[in-house]
Amino acid sequence: MKAAKIRSGDRVSPHQQHNWDWRAASNFIAGGTGGGLLAFAAFASLWGTDVRALLVVGMALIGVGLTCVWFEIGKPWRALNVYRHLATSWMTREAAVAPFVFGSGVLALATGQSLFVLLTGIFGACFVYAQARILAADKGIPAWRHPRCMPVVAATGFAEGASLLAAAAPFVIPQVAGQIAVVTGALVLLLVRVLLWRNYLRGLRSDGAPEGSLRALSAIDGPLLKYGNLLPAVLLLVGVLGAPLAGAALILAGLVAVAGGWWFKYTLVRRAAYTQGFAIPHLPVRGRGPAGPAVKPGWGGT
Amino acid sequence: MTRYVMAIDLRRCVGCQTCTAACKNANATPPGVQWRRVLDLETGEFPDVRRSFVPVACMHCDEPPCEEVCPTKATTKRPDGLVAIDYDTCIGCANCVMACPYEARSIVHEAKFAYGDKPIKSEEVRFDPARISVSMKCTFCIDRIDLAAKTGQVPGRDPDVTPACVNSCISGAMAFGDIDDPDSKVSRLLAETQHFRMHEELGTGPGVYYIWDKK
Repeated sequence: MKAAKIRSGDRVSPHQQHNWDWRAASNFIAGGTGGGLLAFAAFASLWGTDVRALLVVGMALIGVGLTCVWFEIGKPWRALNVYRHLATSWMTREAAVAPFVFGSGVLALATGQSLFVLLTGIFGACFVYAQARILAADKGIPAWRHPRCMPVVAATGFAEGASLLAAAAPFVIPQVAGQIAVVTGALVLLLVRVLLWRNYLRGLRSDGAPEGSLRALSAIDGPLLKYGNLLPAVLLLVGVLGAPLAGAALILAGLVAVAGGWWFKYTLVRRAAYTQGFAIPHLPVRGRGPAGPAVKPGWGGT
Repeated sequence: MTRYVMAIDLRRCVGCQTCTAACKNANATPPGVQWRRVLDLETGEFPDVRRSFVPVACMHCDEPPCEEVCPTKATTKRPDGLVAIDYDTCIGCANCVMACPYEARSIVHEAKFAYGDKPIKSEEVRFDPARISVSMKCTFCIDRIDLAAKTGQVPGRDPDVTPACVNSCISGAMAFGDIDDPDSKVSRLLAETQHFRMHEELGTGPGVYYIWDKK
């Protein structure tokens, strides 16, 4: 007769977190894209591109994300307390960057000064970085605290921003050379995103992670590569090589690349967010027997 | 300095859950929320099967990740080692819930009682509306610890100023006290046994020690 190797009682193994739902995920989804877009819009403005519409879209995305979070927190009317812990909290720092994003963005729209456009881009990039650090600081979720998670979360925000810029290129960048530059940038960032994603997944598998996290992330690996990265890359090439419907290809490429990033972030924040669970390095000595081996249920990896 | 910690002798714990019940009674936690619970681990393959019980709660860490990520400073680390929450400052963002590797924190968004909408007598006395929609967790019975400063009693020795779970433990598996005092019960226990702390590799410096064998 064989018994199960470990029969864990109630909630010993890692379990999926249920405190951050789609509203919290939306902050990372929309905020990351918005911050990335602001950064690349500011970059494009260096070559004289009119990026006012892109600034509006970028700020709107960040605004939507923050509004979703506001609806998620338990005491929304105390939300301003979020500014109290600048010393160590990346959530405070993210919230602290937001007024600078909107302030410089509004000034950029109102005055058209390139300095404010650049500042908006820099603050947008800071917003993306702060969001990635929020997840990295959460030690209770092994899939987030893994050192390779932060780079891929930041990279996808910037890849999404560059892809949206590519989608907007037919409207805001009339010169072919400019469009080629934007598409090249988007392609490079998609490649970086893929490499960091694969690196992250490999790291999680080799270092060990909750089985649920590995399952959720492995499930999207193939489709994310094919539809979230390869397909938009092909569409970007189609668009930049001047094939028929090149403009439509660029728009579609940008939207698909963004959708891929959103899918990854939703999976990371919701489906792959398994807790640490419990583990003990020694089972206690009972009676005259020796101590038992270590126990760490619910963890997988190679 | 004073650093309050807990020592739990896993050799003695029988998994009776009395500490869980005592905590629930002392703190009137809502249904589904247990600040102190006892994990039940059955391991091995027949015929070599073991059953072990591991009481868990907030570990009152030296470097609490919940305190680091809290955007409001509602979570603070006190000089005596206790990790406390100011319910009037917390915004219920749940960042601390994500940061805690011990699943010690919970957020409940509506008043819930053991038997329907109305509280039973003990819940009526202890119900705290300030805890709705904010983060909550084991406090090491902080009100009792603070009482000790007024009465001169010693936490871990005098029951009035000792956490309810420790007082209730039927097998004497739980001890509480000042680890910086070499004569405290916890210091003496830890000096003569082998022990570990949960997930120590994460650098949190938990304030709960699990005893698993003699030295």
